[in-house]
Amino acid sequence: MTATVTAPPPTLAATTSGRRKFKNNLATVLVTSSFVVAVIPLVWLLYTVISRGLHAITRDGWFTRSQRDITYKDPGGGAYHAILGTFEQVLLCSIISIPIAILVGVYLVEYGRGWLARTTTFMVDILTGIPSIVAALFIYAVFVTAFGGSRAGWLVSLALVMLMIPVIVRTTEEMLKLVPNELREASYALGVPKWKTILRIVLPTAFTGILTGIVLGIARVAGETAPLLILVGYSPNTNGNLFNGFQGSLPGMINDQVANIGNTRVLVNGRPVSIHYAADRMWGAALTLIIIVMALNVIARLIARRNKVTN
Amino acid sequence: MSERETASPQASGDEPAGAHTGRRPDEGEPLPPPMVGGESIVEQPPEGGEPINWAEQGMRASLPIGSAEPSGIATLRDQAPVVGAGSVGLGRGKARRGDRIFATLTTTSGLFIVLLILLVAVFLVVQAIPAIRDDKSNFLFSRDWTVEGGNLHFGILGLLWTTVLISFVAMIIAVPLALGISLFITQYAPRRLARPVAYIIDLLAAIPSIIYGIWGIVVLAPFLEPVQRFLYHIGGFALFKNEGISRGTVFNAGVVIAIMVLPIVTAVARDVFERTPTANIEAAWALGATRWEMIKMAVIPHGRPGFVSGAMLGLGRALGETIAITLILSKGFEGQPFSWSIFSNGETFASKIANAAAEFNDPKQTGAYIAAGLFLFLLTFAVNAAARAVVARSQVS
Repeated sequence: MTATVTAPPPTLAATTSGRRKFKNNLATVLVTSSFVVAVIPLVWLLYTVISRGLHAITRDGWFTRSQRDITYKDPGGGAYHAILGTFEQVLLCSIISIPIAILVGVYLVEYGRGWLARTTTFMVDILTGIPSIVAALFIYAVFVTAFGGSRAGWLVSLALVMLMIPVIVRTTEEMLKLVPNELREASYALGVPKWKTILRIVLPTAFTGILTGIVLGIARVAGETAPLLILVGYSPNTNGNLFNGFQGSLPGMINDQVANIGNTRVLVNGRPVSIHYAADRMWGAALTLIIIVMALNVIARLIARRNKVTN
Repeated sequence: MSERETASPQASGDEPAGAHTGRRPDEGEPLPPPMVGGESIVEQPPEGGEPINWAEQGMRASLPIGSAEPSGIATLRDQAPVVGAGSVGLGRGKARRGDRIFATLTTTSGLFIVLLILLVAVFLVVQAIPAIRDDKSNFLFSRDWTVEGGNLHFGILGLLWTTVLISFVAMIIAVPLALGISLFITQYAPRRLARPVAYIIDLLAAIPSIIYGIWGIVVLAPFLEPVQRFLYHIGGFALFKNEGISRGTVFNAGVVIAIMVLPIVTAVARDVFERTPTANIEAAWALGATRWEMIKMAVIPHGRPGFVSGAMLGLGRALGETIAITLILSKGFEGQPFSWSIFSNGETFASKIANAAAEFNDPKQTGAYIAAGLFLFLLTFAVNAAARAVVARSQVS
């Protein structure tokens, strides 16, 4: 970018002393190689997950069966219970987060003034940086220790709300700031009240941008594991009830299978046989999760590209 | 139309798009705002601070959206968008009531966020205090952790050390890499390459941390063993001491966390380096600087506060990372002697809590873990607040 505009004239470069030239070349090599170094883990990780997880998820029943009655010694089973659990928890989380986060974004851009706005901005920053395990401990401290509730899927959703809200607030804020003032003023000039201007003019204009934020927020919380450990037990059975009992989830399933990937020997008729069912299922669940999260990210990019306001 | 020329050269439509970042007009769209796992970490433009990108972007955006007068009024764009503007207080009756309700609703949401953070602090403190009071060891300076059977002996020193050591290893690796990558994207890569490269780095942030965890211990750990053996030999001092642990070391976890924080630091750094004033860059070229000298003279000094704050955001993430560390780091055994070595093992705040999550039944015992969580909360709070402070201070000066 800047580089291509303003490359130094060749005559000057020619007078550059050897030492400076060497330093410059060294910097170029280091900078370029740092990018290559960063790509290695990405490619390596994606390759690992895809190559090891593919045959698990292409197997019959992966998307329709649960892990009911399947121990590490048994092949098969599916991730239906986990996908269902993750879907429900994220859905409840979204239902709670989206309205609150959009209202906060609207507050910060359209209304926010004085100490409350400054404090809110700061607190959103803090919420962005809050470790997921602390969010989970907080929900546990409130709903289990203080109110005596029991662990269930909806508590996970509440913890995820704390992680999702800042993502959507930030995007909403940015998108609302991009809505041209002329639109608001035209609306006011026509005598439309402010609240109606925001609901009918400002928010619809920024809609695609906000949608991008929502999708990215969902992608962020779908892979969260720490709240699952604290707030709901993992169940290998299908449990569609968010408010009662343990529930499976994709990260929970990975965490459950990982405990048994070391058990690779079973005795069949007194003879040791090598197995890797748990590892297969673990990578299968990981691939399923990555597919969901990556798809959400790609969707967010596509929405962002069609966004009228940013581009 | 002639008003436009006279109004403000900064926002004038005659200036090539993106001119203030030194971009050639035919080079296409600016990079999208950096996203990290869905969080946009672009700093909010300061009120009345340096020329705001939004202003220019807003102007370009206004063209297709149906403003009949594409030029608009240039001076308007330098103002913050209509905070508190509109018809509030102008009339009576229905419209006003609607406004009042909506204003209350949004303000309440803002208040809710503030209260939420306060509640986090209050609940954690209230439930940690009984456990800390019953603690027979020193909470801050002890490395014990025995909480079973109502006999509380716990302290956070060991957890703090492991947490800091892992973050240290991660930052040592991630910060120079992030510097290199962001310079590559903003100063070296051809425009056509810069966008996909930035996207690839952002993808690293999209991968869930549990997948980093299983990959880090199953796939990466065996590859790190030879590196570790090599470091034993060149080391010889406490930090590289051989503790006889081949996998699941602090080093192992630190490398994985480095990969996880890399996109965060890179995204912030990329954003600040991109905003280096063209005047500074061209001044460096005019002095006959090589590209590297130009970067040292113009890009780095301008971007330093932003880069530092990005690194601290990454540090905040590293301190609080849970499941990847829980899966990778081996726990060690009860009463294991203390080691300075990065090839030792242990538990961090987050992994300690996660490992014990299944045994949260007795409130006192749980209180000990909540106390650890409280300390982690304060630690990340401090790091994040400091990161914001660095940016705020640089924008004032």
